[in-house]
Amino acid sequence: MLEGIMVGLGTAFSLTNLLMVIGGCLIGTFIGMLPGLGPMSIIAIMIPVAISIGDPSAALILLAGVYYGAIFGGSTSSILINAPGVASTVATSFDGYPLARQGKAGKALTVAAIASFSGGTIGAILLMIFAPALATVALLFHSAEYFALMVVGLSAIAAFAGSGQVGKALLMTLLGLIMATVGEGALFNMPRFTMGVMDLQSGFGFITLAMAMFALPEAMYLVLDPSRSNTGGGSSEIKDLRITRDEAKAITPVIGRQSIQGFLIGVLPGAGATIASFLGYAVERNIASKEEQEQFGKGSVKGLAAPESANNAACTGSFVPLLTLGIPGSGTTAILLGALIALNVSPGPRLMVDEPQIFWAVIISMYLGNLILLILNLPLIPYIAKILAVPRNYLIPFILFFTLMGAYIGQNNATELLILVGLGICATVLRFADYPLAPLLIGFILGSMLEDNFARSMQLYDGLGFILERPMTLGLLALAIILVVLPSYRARRARLRAEGAADAD
Amino acid sequence: MTTWTLTRRAAIAAAAAALAFGAPANAEEKVLDSIHFLIPGGAGGGWDGTARGTGEALTASGLVGKASYENMSGGGGGKAIGYLIENAASQHGTLMVNSTPIVIRSLTGVFPQNFRDLTLVAGTIGDYAAIVVGKDSPINSMEDLLAAYKADPRGTAMGGGSVPGGMDHLVAAMVMQAAGEDPTAVKYIPYDAGGKAMAALLSGEIAALSTGFSEAIDLANAGEVKIIGVTAEERVDSYPDAPTMKEQGLDTTFVNWRGFFAAPGLPEDKLAAYQAALEKMYGTAEWEEVRARNGWVNIHNSGDDFRSFLEGQEQVIGDLMKQLGFL
Repeated sequence: MLEGIMVGLGTAFSLTNLLMVIGGCLIGTFIGMLPGLGPMSIIAIMIPVAISIGDPSAALILLAGVYYGAIFGGSTSSILINAPGVASTVATSFDGYPLARQGKAGKALTVAAIASFSGGTIGAILLMIFAPALATVALLFHSAEYFALMVVGLSAIAAFAGSGQVGKALLMTLLGLIMATVGEGALFNMPRFTMGVMDLQSGFGFITLAMAMFALPEAMYLVLDPSRSNTGGGSSEIKDLRITRDEAKAITPVIGRQSIQGFLIGVLPGAGATIASFLGYAVERNIASKEEQEQFGKGSVKGLAAPESANNAACTGSFVPLLTLGIPGSGTTAILLGALIALNVSPGPRLMVDEPQIFWAVIISMYLGNLILLILNLPLIPYIAKILAVPRNYLIPFILFFTLMGAYIGQNNATELLILVGLGICATVLRFADYPLAPLLIGFILGSMLEDNFARSMQLYDGLGFILERPMTLGLLALAIILVVLPSYRARRARLRAEGAADAD
Repeated sequence: MTTWTLTRRAAIAAAAAALAFGAPANAEEKVLDSIHFLIPGGAGGGWDGTARGTGEALTASGLVGKASYENMSGGGGGKAIGYLIENAASQHGTLMVNSTPIVIRSLTGVFPQNFRDLTLVAGTIGDYAAIVVGKDSPINSMEDLLAAYKADPRGTAMGGGSVPGGMDHLVAAMVMQAAGEDPTAVKYIPYDAGGKAMAALLSGEIAALSTGFSEAIDLANAGEVKIIGVTAEERVDSYPDAPTMKEQGLDTTFVNWRGFFAAPGLPEDKLAAYQAALEKMYGTAEWEEVRARNGWVNIHNSGDDFRSFLEGQEQVIGDLMKQLGFL
């Protein structure tokens, strides 16, 4: 392996390849900041350029740089304007945006950058050491386990079910699950619940819904409720990158845990970065102490660090099935696989043996890409954060423009804009009535995967037998229950103890 | 929509063809000044790759002066069909790309129109279907698979990357029917993408997988799967180790085609020019490059041949879907 690493280092550190990583990272970061252009579309745009380079190592290094840059840039719009452009950064906005609203945009971006860097780097190290061994892990999960994993992911909504909000959060989750059933599912050959509207035949678009639930109501809120319209731009703290010692202490174990957990979830072809980010958020919230739990959803640095390290580690993890089995676990790795084949590289168990320089160059470039992203981005953060200091009568049209563009850009379908505005108005009303909107989006994103995997398991086992027949499924379902029940149990015990102490007086 | 068209090959096709560069070599005489391609799905899908790849070959070889592209997604492709029919008079310069789903979706009534409402230009490329098993599977031929199925019908599930009643399911059902089994009894497990179906096969969740042949070749080359049957008439040059269904005594052939349609009422001379351009394209080096890059198979059906091909496919698929209870 050492020999391989040396070959990889030699390849990755040539001048052209270094320029490729830097160029790729820059392109990825800037395009990735636009909502609506996720890593998948940016890589698709860059592939002809990469193929024209000819040298497979250089081409892959460029694409890996673009990939990391895009993931990195994607969290910026989530944090600054509450507009998550890709599903895997939805969880980032839960705590990132509240932090920005409190005038701590600089700090939020820094935490995100450090968490991303650590997640990506730890992921790359795990990939380097364990890739061949993990090929079997990738195939461990069947549909039944994926179903159970989605249930664990749903427990993330607990973060939005504060006191008196439980009913509202459940209602919104249900609404999200219902919306996920619109259109053609993977399991039926007829469209459902489209009410004859042709544009609903493919279901609601993720970007449209994310913009309608998060960014649009936020912009409208700023217009309709000027008293609460402080965008956080006035304070001088906005450019401040510094993280206090306490905060650093709080996020270090979170980043460590979530980098490993996120990586392992990324290895599973049916899960990916989005699930990893929700699970990371859910797990960290539910194991946090009572006081810290209160902060989740309101601007907790832990709540920001968890999904950011998890989604970056998961992106690295998704290279395991791609490089060792030739199976793409996500849309992005499917496109990367296409690029590999076009470059005459056959991914699979033989890649490491036949063309070690490519295998190792990719892994080294991951590490390098993460490092360069951190170096490039930290100095830029104050300038990016200053966007929020723009006066609100300029800022709001800017947010609206990005929101509408995000929904239109991928599909070129103007009806998406009508759906966006319609849903956005409903979402604004719900916001004023104090309904949390995040559970709706979580329900929507997990809904179709939940349904598909559940139905597949039912079909394979001719009924619900899979829950008892597969111990791992049962274990994961039990974990989901524990994650939801544990916090309230602990709270109750603490209360009882407090009462007991009072009685003793 | 993606379940139909976004194969891994197609994903590269789209990506690789997203930018068509290189100056026109003008090796061929110009047949048409310009073509506007209407793509019924978003960027990155199989239709997108086919249209852009064809446009690239046509312009680079000098057969067509200029190509432009328009992505019009919505309704799983239905929106573009409706648009082409409603604005037929102003769309004489437009070619729409489509594939096997136009036949299936018209049959199920998802599309209110069918291919007869459009002007048929030509079917240009295709891909065969294949049944594959994991490399460690004890199954080595269709005969083994059928024996396993007979021994344990409920435990021998077949998967695919399309909805029940979709292409991969129909192929699996056709094969079982040819073997004299009840096609409705086969347990078909749908996955929402080819990659996830492949992971399910390797993890042992399903016994066999119905998939596109070109997609299966990559994994067979990597030593991950065994192709136990391909739905071509004869063994295919790109992977001659794969036996056909026919040589194993199963009379099943199937081609997932892709081709081009124009607005209804297209003038004869315009239609002839489109068909001539596409026909001449096959002889060019530029097309060969695009085709090889994407792993497509040349399956050319022009004009009336295209019509009888589509009618034949509609008949076979329609009968099978009735039998399976999808119609």
